Amino acid sequence: MAEKIKIAIGQGATCSGCDIAVLDLDVELLKLFEVADLTFAPLATDIKFKDVEAMEDGEITLSLYHGAVRNSENEHVAKLLRRKSKILVAYGACAAFGGIPGLANATTRQRILDTVYEETATTVNPEHVRPQTRHVTPEGHELELPELFEQVLALDDVVDVDYFIGACPPTREMNMQLLQVVLDFLSGKADLPPKGSTILACERTLCEECPREKPEKVFVDQIKSVDYTELDPNKCFLEQGILCFGPATRGGCDSKCIKVNMPCRGCMGPTASVLDHGGSMLSAFTSILKISGAETELPEEEIQKLMSQMRDPLGTFYRFTLPKSRLRRVVKEEEKDQKA
Amino acid sequence: MAKEFTPKILVFCCNWCSYAGADLAGIGRYQIKPYFRVIRTMCSARVDPEWIMEAFRLGADGVMVAGCHPGDCHYIGGNYRTRRRVAMLQSLLTQFGLDADRLHLEWISAGEAEKFAESVNGFINRILELGPSPYRPAAAPESAGSKQEVTHG
Repeated sequence: MAEKIKIAIGQGATCSGCDIAVLDLDVELLKLFEVADLTFAPLATDIKFKDVEAMEDGEITLSLYHGAVRNSENEHVAKLLRRKSKILVAYGACAAFGGIPGLANATTRQRILDTVYEETATTVNPEHVRPQTRHVTPEGHELELPELFEQVLALDDVVDVDYFIGACPPTREMNMQLLQVVLDFLSGKADLPPKGSTILACERTLCEECPREKPEKVFVDQIKSVDYTELDPNKCFLEQGILCFGPATRGGCDSKCIKVNMPCRGCMGPTASVLDHGGSMLSAFTSILKISGAETELPEEEIQKLMSQMRDPLGTFYRFTLPKSRLRRVVKEEEKDQKA
Repeated sequence: MAKEFTPKILVFCCNWCSYAGADLAGIGRYQIKPYFRVIRTMCSARVDPEWIMEAFRLGADGVMVAGCHPGDCHYIGGNYRTRRRVAMLQSLLTQFGLDADRLHLEWISAGEAEKFAESVNGFINRILELGPSPYRPAAAPESAGSKQEVTHG
């Protein structure tokens, strides 16, 4: 192979689990480094923004961006990597759908700052200090901090994204496949997959590939907590009263959680035909909730009560995909009235 | 505001009962405020919760789902599913910051023209009271997010 390609790993609002997922390639990393140089990767290399800015546009062949976009620095990294890379991948659930940080869209920037800087029991802030984007020290040094956005965004809300990879974090198997895609492309064996697609994933739901025994019909008797229930490792979770996102979530993760007796939480996101991950799961879940007795005779209030067994539908159904849901974020009606 | 406010209301009607009821309401010349649009589906259970979320995203001020009375579903149990979904969607919409009344479920049989007219009028009045949905693109500059978002289009 002629010249080595350049790859980069950018970070947004992330826990860095995706960085570790890349490291999880272990010995395969050597194969990667035979064909590629790691350029910008804050966790592993010492490189500054200005070094990346000095590169030619498109000089980096492949960039993986992980984490959501929720402050001006995240956005800067996203735009910079987009400009400098041929292929930009939204890597992991946060970059692809907003992920766990996306749950911040259940509240507002103001409330987050109030909680963190004023309200928690352990906060001591008599001067009501709030983060400033610019500060000049007495010695005259100018310091900058990124600005927190009003809402959490996914990577493709900010820049053009070539591929999406879900999962929290992407599995070793997915990384191996990604490596193979890159290697095949470099050696001319295969073309790249069509732009804009979710790659390394199944087009069907997780239930399709779930190794557990599937009964003909599934009913949930009562919603149980996974923490306090002894679970049969071979039976369907839903049948055991545990909320599992299998029916609404894209497969392709090798049923990692299922195999260690944990239900799916939906980190692979919805399948391509689904508009709204939460809505899709809500639909599936309400249908299989068992109602004893004749449903005809049940008054509306009773149904309401049964459905309120689900205490936090928003946080549960949109655990990984709130910024990519139809409504994207919470807007309180009374707030609108105040501002109007 | 109420004077200029012309609500956008979506009414999903099932083919076998509610749509026929709506049809009969038209034949019977019941007066209904002109702020609603009807979408016919084969069964009220065909109304996917995703569509309701999409309707609100597109700026609907209210969504009404109308189906056959309990026990009368053409597909035996479709309307029970609708009822459960609407119940849970109402608590979900409340979490999103919408008034639960913006999503309404009504059982209307093929013969209940008057009930169709009354419930649609009643729903429209409730929406008029509530005002425009905060998710309306024009009504919600704050939902469009920070200025950063605006620059991204």
